[in-house]
Amino acid sequence: MASAGAAGPFWRAAGMTYVSYSNKCASMVRNCLKEPHRSEALDREKVHFSISKWIDGKPEKPLIREGTGGD
Amino acid sequence: MFRQASRLLSRSIAQPQHTKTKVAARAFSTDVPATPTEDSPFSQSWKKVIPTIEPPKTPSSYMKPRPATASTIPTKLTVNFVLPYASQLAEKEVDMIIVPATTGQMGVLPGHVPTIAELKPGVMSVHEGNDVSKYFVSSGFAFIHANSVADVIAVEAVPVDHLDSNLVQKGLADFTQKLGSASTDLEKAEAQIGVDVYSAMNSALMG
Repeated sequence: MASAGAAGPFWRAAGMTYVSYSNKCASMVRNCLKEPHRSEALDREKVHFSISKWIDGKPEKPLIREGTGGD
Repeated sequence: MFRQASRLLSRSIAQPQHTKTKVAARAFSTDVPATPTEDSPFSQSWKKVIPTIEPPKTPSSYMKPRPATASTIPTKLTVNFVLPYASQLAEKEVDMIIVPATTGQMGVLPGHVPTIAELKPGVMSVHEGNDVSKYFVSSGFAFIHANSVADVIAVEAVPVDHLDSNLVQKGLADFTQKLGSASTDLEKAEAQIGVDVYSAMNSALMG
């Protein structure tokens, strides 16, 4: 495989982690499905989360993100 | 692995801190130790100091020893093919599987040497007698154990006939063009990933 000291796979050299690489591949595969499977699969990609930063022991207004996954 | 957790939590003997962290580490381990527990140096020195109290049990004493590798090669390969949302094949006994490892298509027969293989986007085929079922795997890992059990994990895997060839051709043309016009390293990497994945899907649909 890679020789010792090599930068590893090309996506690692460009700064991507394995998890984001794997998720990108999965999302590309999902985009190519035939119809009934495609909508089920894209449902699986949906994320919904809320983030709030804490300053001085108090939470700021939360930022709510939802929609299809992506970095 | 969660069966261990309730037993460990209900233990009344206070555990020294280092075994607690070992417990956390052990609970997620999918591997069991090869040797069954014997009188470790810890329990021996415990008995010297406090002969009246039983030495506390360590996590390894609760675990089943690793199943011994059969002396004869089993006739069937047991496959566990899992995705984050479903278990496609659970303990299915097959003759052979071919996984798309980064080093090329790898065939796994019963008695295969224990291997961990990273998978690239490609087709995984499961051969059972005369039936072959093919799945397109987006990426993942294949773990082959000494006792002819293969665990294949992937983020997304679809039967090849669920892929729409028009979308694949369009996507391939799209990403090939993006590869040409990419400027930053990250864009180039993404475009390259796109080209890899779509050309793999293309060849899966052709072949």
